[in-house]
Amino acid sequence: MTETEFLQWVRGPLFDIATIIMVAGIIVRILQILLLGRKRNLAEAKGSAAAAGLRTIITRSVPDRNTYRRSAFTLTTGYVFHIGLFVVIFLFAPHILVFQDLLNISWPALSTPVVDATSVITMLALIAVLIHRLIDPVKRFLSGFQDYLAWLVTFLPLITGYIAFHRLAPPAPTMIAIHILSVELLMVLFPFTKLAHAFTLFISRWYNGAISGYRGVRS
Amino acid sequence: MKKDQTLGEALRLKGISRRGFLKFCAATASMMALPPAMVPAIAEALEKARKPSVIWLSFQECTGCTESLTRSSTSTVEELIFDTISLDYHHTLQAASGTGAEDAREASMKENRGKYVLIVDGSIPISNPGYSTIAGISNEDMLMEAAEGAAAIVAIGSCAAFGGIPQARPNPTGAVSVSDLIKDKPIVNVPGCPPIPVVITGVLTHFLTFGLPELDHLGRPLAFYGNSIHDRCYRRPFYDKGLFAETFDDEGARKGWCLYKLGCKGPTTYNACATTKWNDGTSFPIEAGHPCLGCSEPDFWDAGSFYQALSTPTGDITRNTLYAAGAGVAAGAAIAAVNRKHRSSAEKRHEKVTIDDLEKESKS
Ligand code: SF4
Repeated sequence: MTETEFLQWVRGPLFDIATIIMVAGIIVRILQILLLGRKRNLAEAKGSAAAAGLRTIITRSVPDRNTYRRSAFTLTTGYVFHIGLFVVIFLFAPHILVFQDLLNISWPALSTPVVDATSVITMLALIAVLIHRLIDPVKRFLSGFQDYLAWLVTFLPLITGYIAFHRLAPPAPTMIAIHILSVELLMVLFPFTKLAHAFTLFISRWYNGAISGYRGVRS
Repeated sequence: MKKDQTLGEALRLKGISRRGFLKFCAATASMMALPPAMVPAIAEALEKARKPSVIWLSFQECTGCTESLTRSSTSTVEELIFDTISLDYHHTLQAASGTGAEDAREASMKENRGKYVLIVDGSIPISNPGYSTIAGISNEDMLMEAAEGAAAIVAIGSCAAFGGIPQARPNPTGAVSVSDLIKDKPIVNVPGCPPIPVVITGVLTHFLTFGLPELDHLGRPLAFYGNSIHDRCYRRPFYDKGLFAETFDDEGARKGWCLYKLGCKGPTTYNACATTKWNDGTSFPIEAGHPCLGCSEPDFWDAGSFYQALSTPTGDITRNTLYAAGAGVAAGAAIAAVNRKHRSSAEKRHEKVTIDDLEKESKS
């Protein structure tokens, strides 16, 4: 297989397979959660479940002062790498084209030096959280194989993208192909690992808020 | 020029001054990306170099490579080199034809055995040799015979270097590249469709002065193929700022913005177009407003649409997503039904603990 063939294979059939697994996987997981159902709450509602649910999605997404004081490092690095990932994934011109291909909508890109710097910061933050996970006894105790796997498949697209962009390891077609391949690995594992929190988080936050709202208490 | 003359003697005989010669050497040095300090070394080496015999074989090709070389009009570099090598066989350029031409090739091969440079353009059909023959000899036979006595082989153009357009799917002639057939000779690949003329002569100059040039993993001389088009492109600042032409006639196109969205293959293509340029340094395709096709890379003809952005998937991802969503809904509903059944049967099986049970336990 030549470099070009490899790139074509990764951009073509492999990307198709990864997309199908990811999209079907996400929908299966969401339906599994939603269709399991809950027993009807027979108690009289003392407040709006929906309003509280929505509010909690927002309130739990902004840092809470007390939590911040307790785990400043975890919170800061967490925000940094999540925002960094958002910028790198959604605001880099070649990436936007992929979404444009899917959704037929486009949005302006950030300049490459900004995305480049963000990717470096994101990688540093990810390395920092990994080190913290390894040296903090509680975190290490709580971590299993899946946590390290989730870290790895998040980190790989960043580092391979960085290498491809800066041509640190020629040849370019192969590096781009490896980068896309690492993204496909992420796509395939995304619905079936803890990475699924990217969508389940809204369900659980909504639910947490909603049960309290129904009872008329603050969540 | 007599055969045993050195290049220096030949050039002086042609009335080229020392100054003119050094100027040529300086141009060569910059072309090969060598430091100016190398100019005297090039001069000395060229001065002493013996007139090399060159045999040029054209197989499944379009003559574009020869056109590229011969149309490089005024450039003295090419002229000098081609006036001072002995092009003993080139069936498009030579005056002789038929048996006369083939005899010249045979004679030169015998006389310069082990010393001549073999230039090949065009790919070689191996599924059926009848697709391309010269004087009744199959391309493969002619190549193998000529390669045996060659000091080095230069595969000119993407067809000879990688199989090129004849090899594009479904490759009806079973076309292969020179390096697919020959493993025991130094091969320099000079791909491009066609290659830049000064790159062709630059490689020959390098061969005459310092021997074989340093090659990349695809056998291309690093001096010319060491950088990607993208890294040397004058539109790169627009790429970095995120300013792209969306169509061929929008404002971005008129302002000369980056052609990435129009399918430019510059980021994955290694060649010297952006620096050496074409038509005596006039411009290169991107400068003319067209995205790079990536013609100096293997399989460039099968690398997807020329007009599809490099980062985008080649499949129909909207359709795939819709199908996947449908399958996901079906599978999700099925799994959820199984889960509910599982839950209700567990609930049914669940035996309530009664006071009796507890008492029984405490009794036993
Ligand atoms: S036009 Fe092509 S080679 Fe030039 S900067 Fe844009 S993508 Fe790169």
